[in-house]
Amino acid sequence: MSSSSVPGAAPTSTTTPVVMPVTKALAWLVGTAIVALAVYYFIGVDQGAYSVFGKDMHVHEFVHDARHFLGFPCH
Amino acid sequence: MEKRIILRGVLAGAVAGLLAFLFARIFAEPQIDKAIAYENGRDAAQAVLDKAAGLPAEAADPDLFSRTVQADVGMGVGLIAFGAAMGAVFAVVYAVCLGRVGRLRPRTLAVLVALGGFLGVFFVPFLKYPANPPAIGHAETIRTRGNLYLLMVVASVVLLVLSVWLGRRLAGRFGNWNATLLAAASYVVAIGVVMALLPSLGDLAVNVQSYGHHPSETPLPLTDPHGRIVYPGFPADVLFSFRLASVAAQALLWGAIGLLFGPLAERLLAGRAGPAAAPVPAPAPVRP
Repeated sequence: MSSSSVPGAAPTSTTTPVVMPVTKALAWLVGTAIVALAVYYFIGVDQGAYSVFGKDMHVHEFVHDARHFLGFPCH
Repeated sequence: MEKRIILRGVLAGAVAGLLAFLFARIFAEPQIDKAIAYENGRDAAQAVLDKAAGLPAEAADPDLFSRTVQADVGMGVGLIAFGAAMGAVFAVVYAVCLGRVGRLRPRTLAVLVALGGFLGVFFVPFLKYPANPPAIGHAETIRTRGNLYLLMVVASVVLLVLSVWLGRRLAGRFGNWNATLLAAASYVVAIGVVMALLPSLGDLAVNVQSYGHHPSETPLPLTDPHGRIVYPGFPADVLFSFRLASVAAQALLWGAIGLLFGPLAERLLAGRAGPAAAPVPAPAPVRP
């Protein structure tokens, strides 16, 4: 926030980047976010507080150190 | 365009995750090994006490993966995948913010979004529920702890987004500097209220029942029926080093995402933006 501007200001500055039409890109943006959240879930949460593979512990044990280290509750 | 931004975010995130893994392998794994050694020693001491009291021995958890696999492959895969996922989320937020949060250079915006990710996704939740090495955490509370942690992450991210929106709203009236300060203050107050309302892990009903009132689940000294200490509490230095390394690795991860993505985005956007909106590094038209 190095300069004072208001929303919708005309792109006169050399620092104004393009505005992406979010509606057009919506599918890609939402899809990416969902996949990323799924990865977040499997690294951080699955087979801990919740489990999609029942009692199995392979995912939990494999990413065990990363889960602790990234700050997720474990065990 | 959005595909190119996402691809660059995932790449920057994966590289950042690799850096975080190298850091973790050097600084975190020794602490994790010490924590596991403590846990094993404590379990052995507990088994002796149980045997003396005539209780049946607890079955040990089977080791599905060796410590080497967990430390070298599991940690690596976990951190690189986490980095790539956070890089993807970062890119989505970046794409939405482009041109909508004031006149910022693409590079500056990248650093600010990365700072938001570090604070919102990791550091603010960490202040309430800090990272713990193995040996800390009761198995019977994992569901509650998991929910509380995720709630804290969601609250911190949502409030951060709201405070950025508030800052943009106030910028017209108070100017950027004061609006930013006001928005930051509102975030601190709001997340402070959330932190005050959420329970400390030691205060969970199950923990109070089994262990009494304590601030956390960090193991206290193990005592025999006469109250003599037979095994020490969790080593404070190991806990500190582990948590410090945890914060440092996340700072490294998010910092690398922002700094790697920034120049990539700047190059990408320089080709797209019209001459009136060229990023700063492009030479300005010379006027006589």
